[in-house]
Amino acid sequence: MSAQTATGANVGIANSLTTGKLPRGSVWMVLLGSWVLMSIVFLLVKTATGAKDFNIVAAIFLGTVLFDVLIYVLSLLVEGVRKATDRLITSLVSTAFIVALLPLISLLYTVVANGLGRMIEPSFFSQSMRNVTDASGGVVHALYGTIEITLAATIISVPIGLLTSIYLVEYGRGWLARIITFLVDVMTGIPSIVAGLFAFSLFALITNNPGYRSGFGGAVALSVLMIPIVVRSSEEMLKLVPNELREASFALGVPKWLTVLKIVIPTALPGITTGVTLAIARVIGETAPLLIIAGTTASMNLNLFSDRMMSVPVFVYMQYAAQGADQNAFVSRAWAAALTLILIVMALNLIARLVARIFSPKLGR
Amino acid sequence: MTTEPPRVIKARVRPGDRVFSSATIIAGSLILAILAAVAIFLVVQSIPALVAPKGALPDSAPNFWVYVGPLVFGTVWAAAIALIIATPLAIGIALFISHYAPRRIASALGYIVDLLAAVPSVVFGLWGVTVLAPAVQPFYAWLNTNLGWIPIFGGTVSGTGRTILTVAIVLAVMILPIMTAVNREIFLQTPRLHEEAALALGATRWEMIRTAVLPFARPGIVSSAMLGLGRALGETLAVAIVLSPALVVNFFLLTSQNPNTIAANIANQFAEAAGLGVNALIASGLILFVITFAVNAIARFVVSRRKAFSGAN
Amino acid sequence: MNLTRTGSIAVVAVAAAILLSSCATNETPSGGASTSALSGTLSGIGSSAQAAAETAWAADFQTANSGATINYDPQGSGAGRTSFTSGAADFAGSDAALKAEELATVSPLCAAGTKMIDLPVYISPIAVAYNLAGVTDLKLDATTIAGIFKGTITTWNDKAITAQNPGVTLPSAKITVVHRSDDSGTTQNFTEYLSANAPAVWDAPAAQTYPYQVGDAAKGGSGVADAAKATKNSIAYLDESAATGLGIAELKVGSSYVKINAAGAADVVAKSPLADARGANDLAITIDRKNTDANAWPMVLVSYLIVCNDYKDDAKGALVKAYATYVASSAGQASAAKAAGSAPLAPDLATKVAAAVATIK
Repeated sequence: MSAQTATGANVGIANSLTTGKLPRGSVWMVLLGSWVLMSIVFLLVKTATGAKDFNIVAAIFLGTVLFDVLIYVLSLLVEGVRKATDRLITSLVSTAFIVALLPLISLLYTVVANGLGRMIEPSFFSQSMRNVTDASGGVVHALYGTIEITLAATIISVPIGLLTSIYLVEYGRGWLARIITFLVDVMTGIPSIVAGLFAFSLFALITNNPGYRSGFGGAVALSVLMIPIVVRSSEEMLKLVPNELREASFALGVPKWLTVLKIVIPTALPGITTGVTLAIARVIGETAPLLIIAGTTASMNLNLFSDRMMSVPVFVYMQYAAQGADQNAFVSRAWAAALTLILIVMALNLIARLVARIFSPKLGR
Repeated sequence: MTTEPPRVIKARVRPGDRVFSSATIIAGSLILAILAAVAIFLVVQSIPALVAPKGALPDSAPNFWVYVGPLVFGTVWAAAIALIIATPLAIGIALFISHYAPRRIASALGYIVDLLAAVPSVVFGLWGVTVLAPAVQPFYAWLNTNLGWIPIFGGTVSGTGRTILTVAIVLAVMILPIMTAVNREIFLQTPRLHEEAALALGATRWEMIRTAVLPFARPGIVSSAMLGLGRALGETLAVAIVLSPALVVNFFLLTSQNPNTIAANIANQFAEAAGLGVNALIASGLILFVITFAVNAIARFVVSRRKAFSGAN
Repeated sequence: MNLTRTGSIAVVAVAAAILLSSCATNETPSGGASTSALSGTLSGIGSSAQAAAETAWAADFQTANSGATINYDPQGSGAGRTSFTSGAADFAGSDAALKAEELATVSPLCAAGTKMIDLPVYISPIAVAYNLAGVTDLKLDATTIAGIFKGTITTWNDKAITAQNPGVTLPSAKITVVHRSDDSGTTQNFTEYLSANAPAVWDAPAAQTYPYQVGDAAKGGSGVADAAKATKNSIAYLDESAATGLGIAELKVGSSYVKINAAGAADVVAKSPLADARGANDLAITIDRKNTDANAWPMVLVSYLIVCNDYKDDAKGALVKAYATYVASSAGQASAAKAAGSAPLAPDLATKVAAAVATIK
C-alpha cells in the first residue's frame, strides 16, 4: 500500500500500467507466427521428401503446440511465473478445443466430399431402391422409415420417460423411487443390439410369428434405448426448478398435479425439449437393432405395423457392407445417405436449441 | 383457558391428484416391467452358453469364462484408452466454452461440439477406416521404430493402421461431446460469488479456476467420465468396422492383433452364428450389460453425493 | 411467442409437404403392363455374399411381376438357415448347405412329411488379391498361399514366391496379410481349399472363423477390399467381384497356372459330387477342391437358395417356384453375373437345378 514501494518498483518506467505485460495483440501474432512457421517447415519437408500432399492438419496442430510453448516462455520472461502459468493454461485449453475440432472438420469434410455429389442428384430423394440395379436409386423409402420409426419411438418414450421423471422428482420417496432410479441406470447399459434381439423375441412371442418384422418393432427397440435417456435428462431438468416456485403455487391453493403441469413442466420445458431431441439424435442413428427387427427392404412401406421397413442408418450400412459389382454406386449411395442422416440430426439439434432459447426463463448468465 | 390440541391438517385428496400420481407410478413401473423382460430374455438365452460343455463353444474355448475373458479385457482396455484421451480434452473444451470463450461465441461453440454427438456411429466407423487409419499409420510406424522400447508401442507395427489405438481415438471423438456437455453444465454452475471472491483476491484466471471451479466440479467431472466410459464400452459398429481383432490379450497399441471388444464381437459373429454360438454371444452381451451397469452405478453414486445442489430438495 | 408460432407452422408445412409427396417415382406401377397373376411378398434371410445377386434377381422378378415383392435381409448364412428352419423366413440364402441336424427339424412352412432342399444358385470364385506396386501378374501355388496366410512366409521376396515368379521384381517389403474379422462363408471356402491342397502347411481345419493370429482383420468383404487397397504390399482373399482395383494372383492348378475365370469356377462346381445322404431334389454339393482340369478354379464359393420342396401355402409355393425358376435360369444367372460379378451356373448343373425347382409346389 505504501507509496514508497510503488514508486520504488516503477523507477525509470514510463507507464506503470503496461509494465510487466506482453504487448496487446502479441498472443495472436505468436499464434499466427507459429502456424506460418510450421506450414513452412512442412512445405520444406514436402519438397525435400517428395511427399504426396501437404498435411495441413498436422501443420496446424504442431503450430499450436509450438505456440503453447512459445507463449509460456515469453510470458515467463516478461510477466513472471503466475501470469505465465495462466497464459499456458489458456493456450492449452484453446488447444484442446482446436484438437477436438479437427476430427469434426475432417469427418464432416469426408462425408460432404463423398456424399454431396450423389445427394443432390434428383433420383436420391425421389426414388427408392426397388428394382434398382444400376447406379441410380435413392433413399426415399429409408427416409420415410426413419421418420416413422423415430416418431413412433418418441411417442412411446417421451410420455413414459417424462412421467417417470416426474414421479422420481415430485412424488417418489422410498424404495420404489430408489429401485426405479437404479433400474434406469441399468437400462442405459443395455447394448443396442440386445435391445433389438429383445424386441424381436417379444414380438415373435406376442404375434406367434417367428419371422415378425415391422417398423413398430423397431420403434419399441429404440424406445428401450431412448426411455432411460429421456428419464435422466428430464429428471435433471425438473430438479433444477426452484422449490420456491412450487411452494408459491401450493400456497395459492393449487393442487399438486396442476402445480406440476402448469408450473414445474413449463419452467423445465426448454431443458426437457433439448433432452428429448438429444435422445432422438442418439437413437435415430442406431443400426444394429433395426437391422434385426425392422429388417431391410428395397421398397416403400408406409405401414408401421406390418412388413419390413428400411431406415437410413440401415441403408448406409447395407450399401457399404453388401456391395455389388459396381462398387462406386453402392459406396456413393452410402456416403450420401450418411450425409442425409447428419443433416436430419443437425436440423433436429437446431430446432431444439431454438426451442430452448425461446422458452428459457432468463437466468443470471 | 384450555388450549385446543393442535388439529391435524389433512389435505383433501383431489381426483386429479390421484389420477396424475397414479399415472406417474404406472410409467415408473412400466420401466420395471421392461427391464425385467429384458433381463429374463438375456438370462434365459445365456444359460445354455454358461453351462456349455467343453468343445461346444466358439473359438474352442473350454468354458464360457475363457471365451469371454479376452473380450472383456479388450472392451475395458479400448474404453480406458479412449477415456484417457478424452477426459483432459473434454475438461479443456468445457473450460474453454464456460470460462474462456467470449459469451457470444460460447454457445455457438457448444453447438458445434454437440454436433459430434449427433453423428451416427456407422459414419464414425466409415470415417475411422477410410480417413483416420491411413492418416495415422505412418505416425504409428514412426512411434514403433523410435519408441518401440516402451512396451505399449512394441510388437510388429500394423500396416493398415486399424489398431486398438485408432479405435480408441474414434471412441474418444465419439464420447467427447457428451463429456463436454456434462462438464460444461457443471462448470457453469460454480457459484458466481466464489469465482468473484477469488478474482477479487488477485487470482489470475487459472488460479480462480483451480481454487473455485475445479474443486466444485470434481464429482461432476468424474461422473462425466463415467458416462463417456459407459458409451465407449457399448459401442458396436464403429469398433467392428475399424478394429483388426484377434484372439489375444496384450497391451500393444500399434499391432494388427488387437483384443476384440464384446459389442464388436457380437456384430462380427452374430450373422453367421447358429445354435450355441448365438447363446454365447448373448451371454457375452449379458456380461457387457453388467460391466456397463457397474460403470453407470459408480457414476450415479458419485453424482448423488452432491444432491444438495438440486432445486427440488 | 410469435416466432414459435411461425416456426411451428413452418415445421408442420414442411412435414406436410414431405408426407403429401409420399411416393417414390420408381415405384409407380407402369400402366398395368404386368401380365402375371403372381402377387404377394416373399421374405428371405441369409448370406451377405448373395446380397447383390438377390437384389438383382428381386429387381428383375418384380419388374416382370409387378404384384410381387421380394425382400432379402443379408443377415448372414447362419441367421438365414436358423430363421428358415424356424419358419421365420420364406426362403434362406446360405453359403453352406443345411446341416444334418438342421435337416431334422423341418420348417413349419413346409407341408407335413416333406423336406427342405438346397439349390446351388450362386457361384463366386474367390480371389487371392494383392496390392503390390509394379507387379501385375503374380503366380502362387496352394502351399505358398497357405504359407503367406499362416504367417510362415513374411516377405515378398521369399524364395517360395520368387521361385514361382521368375522375371518379376518383388520388393523385400513385409507382407501385410488381410483377412476377415467376421465369420464368413468366404473364409470357410478359402480355408477348405487350403487344407485340401496344402495340408502340410495349413494344419487348421476348414472353418468360417480365420484360424491363425496373423495379419490384419477387417469386417466384411468390402472392409477387406478397402484395407488391401489402402495398404501397400498387402495380400487378401475375397470374392472376385470385390477385388476390382487389386491384382489377382494366378493359381497353380495341377501343373499349370490358371487365371481367375468364371467358367472354370462354375465347371469345378458342376463336376463336384453331390453330398451323400440327402433327400431327393437336394443339390448340396461337396466341392472337389483338387480338380485339376485345364482352366479349373477350385477356390470357389457356392451359395445356396434353401426352400421347402412343398409349401403348406400353395400361393407361396407358386411364388417361390417362379422366383427360383428365374434365379436358376440363364437370364437370372446372367443378371447376377452383371450385378454381383458371380459365375453363372454351368449348363448341366443349371439343368439339374431347374429340374429340382420344377418339383417345388
